[in-house]
Amino acid sequence: MWSCAGNMREKEYKTETSISPFVESLYRLKKNKTALAGAIIVTLFVIMGVFAPILAPHDPIEQSLYLKLKPPFWYKNGSIKYILGTDDFGRDLLSRIIYGARISMVVGVVSVSISLIFGTVFGAVAGFYRGKIDNIIMRLMDLLLAFPSILLAIVIVAFVGPSLKNAMIAIGIVSIPRYARLVRGSVLEEYAKDYVQSARALGANDLRLIFVHILPNCLAPIIVQTTLGFGSAILEAAALSFLGLGAQPPTPEWGAMLANGRALILRAWWAVTFPGFMILLAVLGFNLLGDGLRDALDPRLRE
Amino acid sequence: MLRFIANRLLSLVVTVFGISILVFLMIHLTPGDPAEMMLGERASKQALEELRERLGLNKPLYVQYGLFLSRLLRGDLGRALRTNEKITTEIAERFPATVELSIMAMIFAVTIGMTAGIVSATRQYSIFDYTSMFFSLVGVSMPIFWLGLILIIIFSLKLGWLPLSGRISYTVHLETITNFYIIDAILTRNWQALKDVLWHLILPSFTLSTIPMAIIARITRSSMLEVLRQDYIRTAMAKGLTPRIIHYKHALRNALIPIITVIGLQFGILLGGAILTETIFAWPGIGLWLLNAVYARDFNAVQGGTMLIATTFVTINMIVDILYAWINPKIRVS
Repeated sequence: MWSCAGNMREKEYKTETSISPFVESLYRLKKNKTALAGAIIVTLFVIMGVFAPILAPHDPIEQSLYLKLKPPFWYKNGSIKYILGTDDFGRDLLSRIIYGARISMVVGVVSVSISLIFGTVFGAVAGFYRGKIDNIIMRLMDLLLAFPSILLAIVIVAFVGPSLKNAMIAIGIVSIPRYARLVRGSVLEEYAKDYVQSARALGANDLRLIFVHILPNCLAPIIVQTTLGFGSAILEAAALSFLGLGAQPPTPEWGAMLANGRALILRAWWAVTFPGFMILLAVLGFNLLGDGLRDALDPRLRE
Repeated sequence: MLRFIANRLLSLVVTVFGISILVFLMIHLTPGDPAEMMLGERASKQALEELRERLGLNKPLYVQYGLFLSRLLRGDLGRALRTNEKITTEIAERFPATVELSIMAMIFAVTIGMTAGIVSATRQYSIFDYTSMFFSLVGVSMPIFWLGLILIIIFSLKLGWLPLSGRISYTVHLETITNFYIIDAILTRNWQALKDVLWHLILPSFTLSTIPMAIIARITRSSMLEVLRQDYIRTAMAKGLTPRIIHYKHALRNALIPIITVIGLQFGILLGGAILTETIFAWPGIGLWLLNAVYARDFNAVQGGTMLIATTFVTINMIVDILYAWINPKIRVS
């Protein structure tokens, strides 16, 4: 379904000054307003995560009984020191949310790395060697796809024990087939092309063919999937933590905060509203950026 | 066509067989002793040994799998360790609740999603188009467990319009026959219960419908837009047909194929979403049941429940495949 970036070169662009496909993609991305919005959200999210210790006004896990359930600052008994209020342990909600960005970022990087690395290797091997090995790998991938992903993640975590680390690994495993299928399709398409055959004629071995020649030409769909993958990894990790199977208290993870806030639903709407809104915003950012990248990188959509 | 169906059925059998191996291995190859996991670290040696004997954990792995498979083929999933009830019975009680919830969610998703998509496509770049596409973008990214809580805060706690959780009020009596409460209420002509059941369904099914609704709206819009660009639409316009006839008779019919595929695939995905939705609304379905089994470390039940949900999931996907081939002859041939 995806056509590779290699196609870009086939469809020569008749512009007066020739520009590289990469620059052109960047230009298209900049023109796409939703993608730009996504890029801004993602950048803010990354800044929040990286500079959490500087940005957060308070310690995210320090408890204080005196400050229990303070409402956001615009309420009468709210305080400007605790802008978004506090939870039932008197922890500053804003600080926890800022640190939560850091955790979600780690979740995204770890889970996506797992699925990206294994998915790419499986997909490339399946597409390159075809035949029996392709069959075995892809049947295995089909098997993983036979479960609703959140269910598979829940079951994996249930067996190895609930923790943020296991949740990240589970989410990584669950998404491997998405990448494997994508890469396999791209590799199959590229493999037939002349440049691969000429590289082989020049004596390139399989590894070199796959990693130096073929994969770089399949980058476009992989980049898009990776961006979208960040969003779904964050969402799934938050869901697992919400169910108590991911991050454990007092870790300031958004899903776990939501689970804690659920008990306070009658008394402190803010403890539920803000962490969940952050999950939505982060996932939305990656989805917007991913959609925009798809438009910018997919040569078939160019007119 | 028959050959196509036979083919799909065969691959379904193979997949289900694969699922059974995977589910089995997950329990038996994960580090740690299942018996110890179930009873906890402080269990006595004797109790552990008894449980191992009872579950057949002392036998070689392939024998255990053989036993598991032969029981499975007879439709026996074993007993839940928590309740010592047959797992099939426990599931049969709860499955209708999940199905009812999923169907209701799908009704929401299809009616609202398709309407939004059609209107957006026929009025491309209008304010309606922008708003509905904005909402569908947000919908796709929605953490539904959060949305559910927000809806509870607004509609149950602040406004008091809708019930907080559960399938039916404690004060309402309903004689259960099929365990599909809507059907039961109609069968027994219990209109008060029907109203109560529908009332309880609104929030959870709307929550569950968010993501499919957003996806259906987007695919409907893009599919309609593509069809509306075709020559035969221009011909129809030139003939002087009204936009209503062109949109619904000419365009929509031809735009339906991708829409139906997406609807089918989303149905399977609802099963996953149901786990989260049921947790939030204390909906006594299969998702909540499975999750409680996970919390209680009842691995028999987890195994059985996972087996069942995964099998349902692939079966739905197969039916979608067949339907798709039925509507679109191009697929059958290839």
